[in-house]
Amino acid sequence: MSTNNLSYSDQGGTDSAVEVGQETTPTSSNAGAGFGLFSVDFKKNEDLKEMLESNKESLKLEAMKRVVGLIAKGKNASELFPAVVKNVASKNIELKKLVYVYLVRYAEEQQDLALLSISTFQRALKDPNQLIRASALRVLSSIRVPIIVPIMMLAIKEAASDMSPYVRKTSAHAIQKLYSLDQDQKELLIEVIEKLLKDKSTLVAGSVVMAFEEVCPDRIDLIHKNYRKLCNLLVDVEEWGQVVIISMLTRYARTQFTSPWKEDGVFDEHNERAFYESDEEKTRDETEAKPYMMDPDHRLLLRNTKPLLQSRNTAVVMSVAQLYWHLAPKNEVSIVTKSLVRLLRSHREVQYIVLQNIATMSIQRKGMFEPYMKSFYVRSTDATHIKSLKLEILTSLANEANISTILREFQTYVKSQDKQFAAGTIQAIGRCATNISEVTDTCLNGLVLLLSNRDETVVAESVVVIRKLLQIQPTQHSDIIKHMAKLFDNITVPMARASILWLMGEYCERVPKIAPDVLRKMAKSFTSEEDIVKLQTVNLAAKLYLTNSKQTKLLTQYILNLGKYDQNYDIRDRTRFIRQLIVPNDKNGALSKYAHRILLAPKPAPVLESAYKDRDRYQLGTLSHTINTKASGYLELSDWPAVAPDQSVRNVEVIEPVKEWAPSLGKTVKSKPAKSSDDKFYSDSGEEEEKGSGSSSSEDGSSSSSSEVQSILSGRLHILQNERVCPESGSDAESHVQKNSSQTSEESDKSSSQSEKSSSESDSEKKERKTKTPLQKKTVLGLEPICTACLSFLFLLNLSIEVLPVLSKLCPLSLAFPLQLSGPAFVPEKSHDLLHRMTGKGLSAQYQFPRQPCLYQPTMVSVQISLTNTTDHPLEQIHIGDRSPTGLNIHCFNTIECLEPEASVTVFMGIDFNDSTQAANFQLCTKEDHFSVSIQPAIGELLLPITMTELDFRKEQGKLLGMNESSATITMAAENMTSQPISRPVATVANLGMVPSSQDNVHRFAGKTANSGAVVLVTVELRGESTALITINTEKSVMGSMLLRDLKLALAQA
Amino acid sequence: MINSLFLINPSGEIFLEKHWKSVVSRSVCDYFLEAKEKALEPEDVPPVIHTPHHYLISIYRDKLFFLSVIQTEVPPLFVIEFLHRVAEMIQDYFGECSETVVKDHMVMVYELLEEMLDNGFPLATESNVLKEMIRPPTILRSVVNTLTGTSNVGDTLLTGQLSTIPWRRAGVRYTNNEAYFDVVEEIDAILDQSGTTVFAEIQGVVEACVKLSGMPDLTLSFMNPRLLDDVSFHPCVRYKLWESERVLSFIPPDGNFTLMTYHVNAQNLVAIPVYVKQSISFFECGSDGRLDVTVGPKQTMGKTVEGVMVTVHLPKTILSINLTATQGSYTYDNGTKVTTLWDIGKLNPQKLPNLRGSLSLQAGAPKPEENPSLNIDLKIQQLAISGLKVNRLDMFGEKYKPFKGVKYITKAGKFQVRT
Repeated sequence: MSTNNLSYSDQGGTDSAVEVGQETTPTSSNAGAGFGLFSVDFKKNEDLKEMLESNKESLKLEAMKRVVGLIAKGKNASELFPAVVKNVASKNIELKKLVYVYLVRYAEEQQDLALLSISTFQRALKDPNQLIRASALRVLSSIRVPIIVPIMMLAIKEAASDMSPYVRKTSAHAIQKLYSLDQDQKELLIEVIEKLLKDKSTLVAGSVVMAFEEVCPDRIDLIHKNYRKLCNLLVDVEEWGQVVIISMLTRYARTQFTSPWKEDGVFDEHNERAFYESDEEKTRDETEAKPYMMDPDHRLLLRNTKPLLQSRNTAVVMSVAQLYWHLAPKNEVSIVTKSLVRLLRSHREVQYIVLQNIATMSIQRKGMFEPYMKSFYVRSTDATHIKSLKLEILTSLANEANISTILREFQTYVKSQDKQFAAGTIQAIGRCATNISEVTDTCLNGLVLLLSNRDETVVAESVVVIRKLLQIQPTQHSDIIKHMAKLFDNITVPMARASILWLMGEYCERVPKIAPDVLRKMAKSFTSEEDIVKLQTVNLAAKLYLTNSKQTKLLTQYILNLGKYDQNYDIRDRTRFIRQLIVPNDKNGALSKYAHRILLAPKPAPVLESAYKDRDRYQLGTLSHTINTKASGYLELSDWPAVAPDQSVRNVEVIEPVKEWAPSLGKTVKSKPAKSSDDKFYSDSGEEEEKGSGSSSSEDGSSSSSSEVQSILSGRLHILQNERVCPESGSDAESHVQKNSSQTSEESDKSSSQSEKSSSESDSEKKERKTKTPLQKKTVLGLEPICTACLSFLFLLNLSIEVLPVLSKLCPLSLAFPLQLSGPAFVPEKSHDLLHRMTGKGLSAQYQFPRQPCLYQPTMVSVQISLTNTTDHPLEQIHIGDRSPTGLNIHCFNTIECLEPEASVTVFMGIDFNDSTQAANFQLCTKEDHFSVSIQPAIGELLLPITMTELDFRKEQGKLLGMNESSATITMAAENMTSQPISRPVATVANLGMVPSSQDNVHRFAGKTANSGAVVLVTVELRGESTALITINTEKSVMGSMLLRDLKLALAQA
Repeated sequence: MINSLFLINPSGEIFLEKHWKSVVSRSVCDYFLEAKEKALEPEDVPPVIHTPHHYLISIYRDKLFFLSVIQTEVPPLFVIEFLHRVAEMIQDYFGECSETVVKDHMVMVYELLEEMLDNGFPLATESNVLKEMIRPPTILRSVVNTLTGTSNVGDTLLTGQLSTIPWRRAGVRYTNNEAYFDVVEEIDAILDQSGTTVFAEIQGVVEACVKLSGMPDLTLSFMNPRLLDDVSFHPCVRYKLWESERVLSFIPPDGNFTLMTYHVNAQNLVAIPVYVKQSISFFECGSDGRLDVTVGPKQTMGKTVEGVMVTVHLPKTILSINLTATQGSYTYDNGTKVTTLWDIGKLNPQKLPNLRGSLSLQAGAPKPEENPSLNIDLKIQQLAISGLKVNRLDMFGEKYKPFKGVKYITKAGKFQVRT
């Protein structure tokens, strides 16, 4: 116990050294036992330590909860670090989470010990589960220990190209953390940001723009290519991301577009249309004579942000409002008014910020808020700062038409119990009076009435305001000055007294009798006045001396003498100066000649203006605008460029099919049968099949109501599946024409007819197509590559939709996927029996490989299973039961509650085959029965296609020589010698992507294994008469040789 | 963005702190506490405070200060909105947002905060997503937890954040499928001394409680959508469909949420359901005054007005009051603000409730300049004062028949009578 005590207090000592300024740190930790309160704490922590080191999970958890409780209260728990960090690899999720919380909090202080945990995270970064990867990256990057910067950098780079958008989002967050830890990494981080900016996922967009803003806000060039994408994604990004993106785009737009403010009203709908039609606008010249044309991209931004004004998130609404304020043509800005006024019904703090912004806006654009004037009426329950802001705005909104209403409202405010507010109102009245000359007199009279108010502050404020008003038009107001002189004795507020004195002095010629009398009174009370009053008394004396020296000479001298010995040096100085100036003597005769002109020069009237007048130098909605000083990290909004920079930088190569397909897909998502509006090439069959699958997917929906999303998804996949058959059948027809009877074509024929069956295509339809195809032979030949391309795009689209909200609100779909992966070049329709209906007691199941990257986990191979009920009673609760080997990682489909007789359902599951052809065995269960089934994948199905250039291919190949290479020479059938048929059998056997080749006789294919991601490269080199050399390079040599065998079989034609 | 968060009670005690970046010493709160000392009311504390190294943005809500520490430029509304989300989340999880609740669930609140922000940037703020990660406590669960030692942290890995619909959790299942919508309208008004309307408008909100299995796709339509002047939506609502067809089409989150808020076109004159006759006067000589308030129904569309309450903020110089109410009871609070709360209850048109009596001022205190204003609270069941009506609710995507219900309530919002 005593040794423990010692070691503990040592540690406590170092802690307090680390945490300077941390109030909670026990300052006298070495005092130990003597310090009563502390020893209790210490005892508690000691038992925490024991609990943490115990074997019982529940004890550890309990201890961790208490530790986190300590952290939350701001108590120091750093001495437990060694005990806590041991639990970082715990299996218990809650415990683990708590340990993470602890680690992030204290790692900075205990750097060496924190390093012990790093390997755990490094391992977790490779976990197949995306959420585990993400959380590992999150914690790893939150550990602010400079030594691990390289590890973090590596992890971020890897995560940035992760399959899962969630992990990529986390990596975007990690970028900022790493940057704040080590600024030297900037260049490398910018590369990652550049990569992530290209990401098409809505999840990532907000986070990466945030990282961009933090790390390299000046690299506007990175945005060009992504500008349109960001505009289009905006509606579907989560609210917080929207705020960040909008403010970044505001800055961007101010550097890239010309000002829309020069001439209003020329832009119109025509412009909008032109954006979709072509890029011909690029050629238009920028001569001054031409009316202003808004850049279509500029218009795009305005159009796409407008719906966000309806967001429930006040920050989003505000950011759209500021975007319109800074970017929209003047006549369009007013659409934000209504939404801003809506925000005024939100919480008090929101009101405060919004009112501030409205105050700035209303100075420049009264018209915007005038119709909503009544929304700014003050309630007695408003907080003081809200009241004064509302007053500010009402004053700005005042004009000839509404001033009487406003003044009536002000009358109520002046009577308010909140005197500070009443004083503010008086100032506001003063401002109204100066701005609107019609009411100046009314206001003055009203203010004079206020002079008899009981409250001091009100009177004082009135005097000050009256003084300002009188200064503006001093004629005919001598009676007011007289009135004020009468009140002088009762007014005690120094500022007011000073103001009256100044007025007396300034206009002493108009009140020749009263002024000397006031000076007399002041001479009596001079010593007890405030400094500001004293100064004005000296002033008054000087002025009177100059104009009426007969009466006031002695008084003046008396006051100057008093001032000479005043305690305040300011007053002494002033007195000395005045004396030299006005009292003539030998030395300064020259100056005193001018004394009259100096002291009684006509003075310009003060300008009463809003405190918000110059706030518009800051971007609206920013912190800097609120505090009216430049906050650190504030990014200046640049002025519009005189000439717009090159617009073409934003052009992204858009591949036509995408555009055409987007709407039809969008509709399918809403599960309405879509009319594919595009080319006749596959429209007839495609449409028909879509209908078929549409109905089947709605059936799916009914039978598996629990997982609607999944069924929507699978429905969509289904459609794609069927569509993908089309070009295939097209080429079938072609081979028929060529009187070709190769086995592969027969096989695909079979499969295509199968798919026709499944999609319930009518016979007549089929015939029609058959008759059509020969006619289109040429087209078919020409179109096929394009067609494959667009199909693979479709496939990509499909995946990107998965991350967009299903019913994305008019978001033109865009492509999202890491560059590397490509769609499968070909998907065999071959399905395998999983469960025969005889053995399955009426339940039959077939599986096939759709060759999609698995949606659940990237390392899994996705398997499509079609279940059919051939019995006459419904089958209930179809699900997956035990599996073997037990460690087998399967993502099960959701339990199918009920399968009606004769109905069938298609589900997807993911299986991690671990890069081996070992069969996955599991049980398919219904409510009553269990059937053991197994899926054995062909080696080619364990691969995922990737795209690479020929150069990359060679580079990779160069790395995989020797043991990693296997090759064989085969004899081929003559008809297989042209390029097209070679790629097809290869694609049938293995899920590989084509690599463009510069040589006619060499065909290259690339892929990677699903689990380990090892690259698999296949080269087929045709050598003269019907021989070919197949080379396979991969580090998975077993897989390589198996693949070689399969390929040999396929190409050699048995 | 957001560096740290401190929860502070009205007496200035910091009882929770959370840091998302490097630790900021809690001494930074001193600037805030200073400003708080200066302010008369907690509401008057400025929401944004500028200190030499940090910017403090705070909200005051449910008698708690949520104070966030900012180091660089960030839209202040972003932070304020987030802080309110935190408060709403606490309310959502534990039924109320108060100091005791936070102290009781310190660890869970801390874990929630950990999930809500990553590096100061909001990560998961949707209640559906959070509840999947950290389950809210129930009495049953807390018993089970203590017995079995299991935890509140979701043991299944969440999917919500990854799903296509981030606001809805997957695998929702109910035996009774129900969807309830409350159309709540509030009248904001300022009436002047003579009872004429200075300013009045109607704010509405559609609160939903949807407990439907699977992935229902709902469409809600109104009989008279033209009434709606300005609207804001929960992110689930498809804006385009609203634009084109004026229907609300959405896949709802699970549980309670605010579907939309709206503002009724101000062109239509707002029906004011009650009138108030009042006379409050202070005599020039002798520190004394009289108060006489009567409330009666005006345009109630044939419904009874319930829950009527009148709050009078009396001048601080009031020493004591002696009033009698013909209906209901009144309470008098002579704290920082002198307020009288008159709880009337149901309004009976035959016998109008009246509150009258005398006020006595502190000796020597001057006659108050302004008469106190009255704040009225009221409630009318089964009536939307604007006349807005829900037409129908359709469900797609699921086969079962849900139970549907719509309720209308009219309340007084900021309803003030100047005297």
